[in-house]
Amino acid sequence: MSHLLLSMTVNGEAVQVAAPAHHTLLEVLRYKLDLIGTKQGCDKGDCGACTVQIDGVPQLSCLTLAVHAVGRAVTTVEGLGQQAGGCHPLQDAFDRWNAAQCGFCTPGILLSAEALLRRCAGREPTRLQVCEALAGNLCRCTGYTKIIDAVLDVGRQMAVAAAASAGEVAHAE
Amino acid sequence: MLRLPQFQVESPDTVEGVVAALQRHAGARVIAGGTDILPNLKHFLDTPPVLVSLARVTALRGLQRDDAAGLLRIGAGVTLTQIAEDAQVRALFPSLAHAAGIVASPVIRNMGTLGGNVNLDTRCRYVNQSEFWRGSIGGGCLKSEGNVCHVVPKGRNCVAAMSSDNVPVLISLDANIVLVGPEGRRVLPLADYFHADGVAHTLARPGEVTVELQLPLPAGPRRARYTKWSVRRSIDFPLLSVALRFDLAADSPHAEVLAAKVVVGVLGAKPRVVTRLDEALGKPLSDPAVARIVSEATHAQCKPLDNVPYEAAYRREMLRVYTRRGVEAMVAEG
Ligand SMILES: Cc1cc2nc3c(=O)[nH]c(=O)nc-3n(C[C@H](O)[C@H](O)[C@H](O)COP(=O)(O)OP(=O)(O)OC[C@H]3O[C@@H](n4cnc5c(N)ncnc54)[C@H](O)[C@@H]3O)c2cc1C
Ligand code: SF4
Ligand code: FES
Ligand code: FES
Repeated sequence: MSHLLLSMTVNGEAVQVAAPAHHTLLEVLRYKLDLIGTKQGCDKGDCGACTVQIDGVPQLSCLTLAVHAVGRAVTTVEGLGQQAGGCHPLQDAFDRWNAAQCGFCTPGILLSAEALLRRCAGREPTRLQVCEALAGNLCRCTGYTKIIDAVLDVGRQMAVAAAASAGEVAHAE
Repeated sequence: MLRLPQFQVESPDTVEGVVAALQRHAGARVIAGGTDILPNLKHFLDTPPVLVSLARVTALRGLQRDDAAGLLRIGAGVTLTQIAEDAQVRALFPSLAHAAGIVASPVIRNMGTLGGNVNLDTRCRYVNQSEFWRGSIGGGCLKSEGNVCHVVPKGRNCVAAMSSDNVPVLISLDANIVLVGPEGRRVLPLADYFHADGVAHTLARPGEVTVELQLPLPAGPRRARYTKWSVRRSIDFPLLSVALRFDLAADSPHAEVLAAKVVVGVLGAKPRVVTRLDEALGKPLSDPAVARIVSEATHAQCKPLDNVPYEAAYRREMLRVYTRRGVEAMVAEG
């Protein structure tokens, strides 16, 4: 089986990885790069456990050919913590709200939720917006309530922080 | 774990390059977002030697209003998220923005393209299964490795369902599809692109790719809506889909209906344009008779099959209900 040498950025680091053309990004992340935070669930688009961000947009790594990630920036749950210098506020909130039970869905949900909060850019998301943003990520354990509460909690904190820094700017002027 | 069959990938950066690559490799298939073809390949419904990727073809990603031609042009590579969020699509073609925005799930809409959605393979409960599953019912069917149909046991023709959410809407809006192939470029009404064979349900010629969908800009006041019934509100394919469009004498739900178009999906391999709606013309859209006439005609002319989940007889009843509710919702929205 011939392999291709694929160059991409994974969690901020430039990597080169050899893989056959018919391998998915999920297979490359888990089995070549040992980034096993990204989960392999249904492997066909139904569950969202394999969600990663490609150039900041949540996508399913089980339905992305690894060659489609060439030259692009991939973020996995491992990178989310790194990005925030240890523990991302969403991860902290999931801990405080008990939003992870078995945890299998959590990495995918965190990446969908992070993209939503980034798009909100300091505006507090509504409960409906959170539900809609997570509508491709199945959880078989929690019943979603705590997950949604945790995301809303971070959304609220970010809105407060944004308002405070806007206030400071206005004050300085 | 579902492994893909082995294949090579070519990633040209022009439409001509894609057409040439398809000609070079017999049995090659196009991959855009991959959200339909990759699950099907993981189920070993096909084993193409080469996938020709559209990922680098930037020319397919335009979405622009062309006032000179009186069209909105949507490139085949535009994602469903982009269509659902685009301000012009939302203002001019709300039923399309709505349909694109309820396909599958947000993550899938970030990946899936309009070209892939229009060319979405037909679906059937007996074919969208693993090879093992198909083997356990005796080795597949006409659309996989077998030679019978489990939906129409004596049938010689596959009746798998055209399950795209956007296709009925695009047809209701009189969309044209632009194809480029070895013999050049051609434009045809999207309604004429499909035919009643679930194994090969489009009239794309070998080596032809979809490059653009064109929507004529609305010429006068109208109301349009898409109604979808699925098991859950997210992730699931439609069990029924009805696209409605009414051209009106004035911009009000109480205005007279000048023209009515109803297109239904998830029947057989071909979407169905409902005919004989003349009785609804000339009446105000808000007249309950319009909802009744349209939903009765839809129910009478469309016969769902046992190709997707839920009993066909029940789906047929629901077709009447969803059509009527669709018209009522348009009136309620004003
Ligand atoms: C869990 C799940 C749920 C889904 N739910 C829905 C749903 O509710 N409604 C719905 O409509 N779809 C649904 N889909 C199907 C799919 O996600 C969408 O239809 C999507 O728009 C397909 O686009 P794509 O770019 O990913 O297509 P691809 O998978 O890349 O391609 C699909 C087909 O079209 C061909 N093709 C792609 N682009 C072109 C082109 N430019 N020219 C010619 N041929 C082309 C490919 O060869 C292939 O045969 C679902 C999929 C999954 C996995
Ligand atoms: S309609 Fe019949 S032939 Fe077609 S996929 Fe279903 S069972 Fe197979
Ligand atoms: S593993 Fe990718 S969606 Fe389930
Ligand atoms: S916590 Fe178990 S699947 Fe969500």
